[in-house]
Amino acid sequence: MMHSVLIIAVAAVVTVALRFLPFALFGGKRETPPYIQYLGRVLPCAVMGMLVIYCLRNINFTASPFGVPELIACAVVVGLHIWKRSSILSILGGTACYVLLVQFVF
Amino acid sequence: MSRSVLKKAIKDTFPVLTGYLVIGLSFGIVLSSRGYGPLWAAGSSLFIYAGTMQFVAVELMYSGASLLTTALTTLAVNMRHLFYGLSMIERYRDTGKAKPYLIFGLTDETFSLVCAPTALEPGKEKLYYFLVTLFDQLYWVLGSVLGCALGSVLPFNTKGIDFALTALFVSVVTEQWLSSDDHVPVLMSIGISVLCRLIFGADQFLIPAIVLIWLGLTLYRKRAEGKA
Repeated sequence: MMHSVLIIAVAAVVTVALRFLPFALFGGKRETPPYIQYLGRVLPCAVMGMLVIYCLRNINFTASPFGVPELIACAVVVGLHIWKRSSILSILGGTACYVLLVQFVF
Repeated sequence: MSRSVLKKAIKDTFPVLTGYLVIGLSFGIVLSSRGYGPLWAAGSSLFIYAGTMQFVAVELMYSGASLLTTALTTLAVNMRHLFYGLSMIERYRDTGKAKPYLIFGLTDETFSLVCAPTALEPGKEKLYYFLVTLFDQLYWVLGSVLGCALGSVLPFNTKGIDFALTALFVSVVTEQWLSSDDHVPVLMSIGISVLCRLIFGADQFLIPAIVLIWLGLTLYRKRAEGKA
């Protein structure tokens, strides 16, 4: 309980710091260092890949259902997204598919 | 208060209203499925106010992650906000007392509205930025509290609904894949994460993964910029 409050506090402080930092550092006329610009370009994509794995971290491939519901639902999200490119539709469709799979199939 | 600015702010934030209500509702439902009540939803949405990170924070809270893991994960997930700030330095330069709140509320969606050139009467920008930022946060808090309150009384089984978070990230990765030609960063991060998960286990792999991804991207920089 107390630990959860601290987790929210730490996440809030780091987020606020990231939002204020550019104004504090580069509020003058200085140019942003190229290395920082590079990280800004590539880091967002990379982090999302890591978060997908983070979400799937508890899958056990050695015991039933071998992560099958997760993999099917992920494929549905990718398919829907390539088809319509609407994030709301992909998220709702994939989640609905997963809910049906874990409640009624597996 | 100028009515034309108020009207424009309401009209422009309408897409964010729908998006934030839907994602906020799912966030609230996930939170309640992990046993946290509406007060937690309000606290998270008022103070963190960064959608993706709030979803991740639920998992961190639920699994009792360390504060160092929380700080590093937040750093990695929200790093992009540095770049929103960099693009808004000029526009937010003379916003006076509202400035701290404008910077605090600079989410992905708010950024997408305030960074666009808008047809505003001169001198009205400050009020417009403030209203857009405020309305967006109101929608988000409302959606998440509502979702959390409904989550515990919903008449159906919510098992599996937490997949919304996974689906969110998978859709973002797919979107980035479709709109970018350089797939090395995302492939590198997925590969490193899987490897770290196998070596360090489900509860310990985030920190090594973040550090290795950062190192990998730094080494990859020469090649990436050589191509560009």
